[in-house]
Amino acid sequence: MIIPGYEQTAVDPRAALEARFEVEAFHARYCHTLDTGDLVNWVDFFDEACTYVVTGRENAEAGLPVGLIYAEGRGMIRDRAYAVKHTQMYAPRYMMHMVSNVLVLRASTEEIRSVSNYLLLQTLVEGRTTIHQAGRYYDTFVRSAGSLLIRERRCVYDSDLIANDLVFPV
Amino acid sequence: MFSTTDTVIHPLGAATKEREPAEYVWPAAGLTEVPDWIYTSQVIYDREVERIFHGRTWNYVALEAEIPKANDFVRSWIGPTPVVVARDADGSIHVFENRCAHRGVEFCRHSRGNNAEFVCPYHQWSYDMRGNLQGVPFRRGMKGEADSGMPRDFNPAQHGLRKMNVATRHGVVFASFAADMEPLEAYLGEEITHDFDVLFKGRQLRILGYYRNELPGNWKLYHENLKDPYHATLLHSFLVTFGLMVAGSKSAMIADPSGRHGTMASAKPADVTKVVDASTASQMRAYRTDLKLEDPRFIDFVPEFESPWTVTMQTIWPNLIVQRELNTLGVRQIVPNGPNSMIMNWTMFGFDTDTEEMTRHRLRQGNLMGPAGFLGLEDNEAIKFLQEGVRRSPTDIGILKLGGTTEGTATTLVTESAIRSMYRHYREVMGL
Ligand code: FES
Ligand SMILES: [Fe+2]
Repeated sequence: MIIPGYEQTAVDPRAALEARFEVEAFHARYCHTLDTGDLVNWVDFFDEACTYVVTGRENAEAGLPVGLIYAEGRGMIRDRAYAVKHTQMYAPRYMMHMVSNVLVLRASTEEIRSVSNYLLLQTLVEGRTTIHQAGRYYDTFVRSAGSLLIRERRCVYDSDLIANDLVFPV
Repeated sequence: MFSTTDTVIHPLGAATKEREPAEYVWPAAGLTEVPDWIYTSQVIYDREVERIFHGRTWNYVALEAEIPKANDFVRSWIGPTPVVVARDADGSIHVFENRCAHRGVEFCRHSRGNNAEFVCPYHQWSYDMRGNLQGVPFRRGMKGEADSGMPRDFNPAQHGLRKMNVATRHGVVFASFAADMEPLEAYLGEEITHDFDVLFKGRQLRILGYYRNELPGNWKLYHENLKDPYHATLLHSFLVTFGLMVAGSKSAMIADPSGRHGTMASAKPADVTKVVDASTASQMRAYRTDLKLEDPRFIDFVPEFESPWTVTMQTIWPNLIVQRELNTLGVRQIVPNGPNSMIMNWTMFGFDTDTEEMTRHRLRQGNLMGPAGFLGLEDNEAIKFLQEGVRRSPTDIGILKLGGTTEGTATTLVTESAIRSMYRHYREVMGL
């Protein structure tokens, strides 16, 4: 599925390779942070003017804007991090992200656009591990002080029927 | 039907709670006690499908905004039964079983779409948008071959899809297995109709999108949850801390005269610290003075309705929730999925008159609700925990004693009276 703004453009192969390494390194740090339950530092992966949306594929394909999580700006990211960590009631669980097939769609000195596949595994402490979501990250990164920050991340999941709820961010 | 989760079952759990039909007897204490088996028994579940979902009820099936044009359709459910909601060329809306009249194939596989006819993929019987059988390939058989094709007396008019009774109100479509249902307004009653109309009357909806989740709990628990204002003020930090529904603020739990429908209503105070005194605060762990928002826009309320309430959550028996939570609006369809599970289909919307900023406000506020919402996920977890408790423990009774034995509408949040009303109605219909 291609969502507007995430079409493949002509990218110099060497630039694409370098951008891919950068994006892969970003994913590794981002997922490690979330998978270790570190919501405080998760906030720092986002640019001040970011958009972060988690939505089903049906919505994305139909151009429907709703998000299971819908954040405009880092303030809303921080509010979610605080709420999930300190105020929400849910059963204990572990999450694990697996990210692959990083495809660079656009790369310049200021911005990288890419799409990557993700699997989100959930382990409720008393149950077996399940695939909670199979989806794609549609990412726009900007550079800040030598590293990448998320300007836009759209997490579009194929797994339409959610098992009860989504507690932690994707 | 569906399953996304495995629930761990105690070896003495579900099995011990199944019994002979005659042994399903409601506790002598009456409505202040609820037996666990209404949540776990397959026998009871089957009776619910027959007497409630397939009985004398109006079931939500779709919004007209999803099928604005001729030949539009959506796939839907009445109880666990798959149906199709279709708009014919003349604009009329029809609801019929999603089950081929030939061999029973669930022929419609797309959530929504547009076509002038439905063709069953197995042997290509075709149906019009009203569910009438149009074509049977080789109905007259192969020319010159004996005993080929349908018998001469086969009458397509008698082999259409099973058709449901349909009613609409301000763009919301309901259907019933019962052909002789009372009008929808009479079914809802005056008060429920009033709050329903506050949201829908005179509006053109704009669909913002969908969520779907499986809740590993009995379908009635969702009704109970929204007829249980006691939990609202205890479980949900976001409701309490930001005054969306909090003990001390103006609120009501409205039940219709039949007891089956409800509206949980609340008015957000201008300053929540003025309504929550120290003694109230001390009983609500969820009241969190440390919870401060860096971006408070998402709990803003933009007045847009003629109503004293900023929040109304309506439970419309047996399968609809109407959400007006500040400015985040939506409907939820409950699809029961056996005694221990339900599917929730969420349709979120705004109005066609919304500005770009108003749409974004609704989307931001959507973080309160849905399977990842600050309120929504806590309810889903609580319902799951409740189901596991009633399945796995040999103790067999839950109690409903808040507010004594009162039933019906209440103005206090610390009551279970609307749940008792619902179960009075339920027991009558179920013969329990
Ligand atoms: S089952 Fe549908 S045409 Fe045979
Ligand atoms: Fe709740």
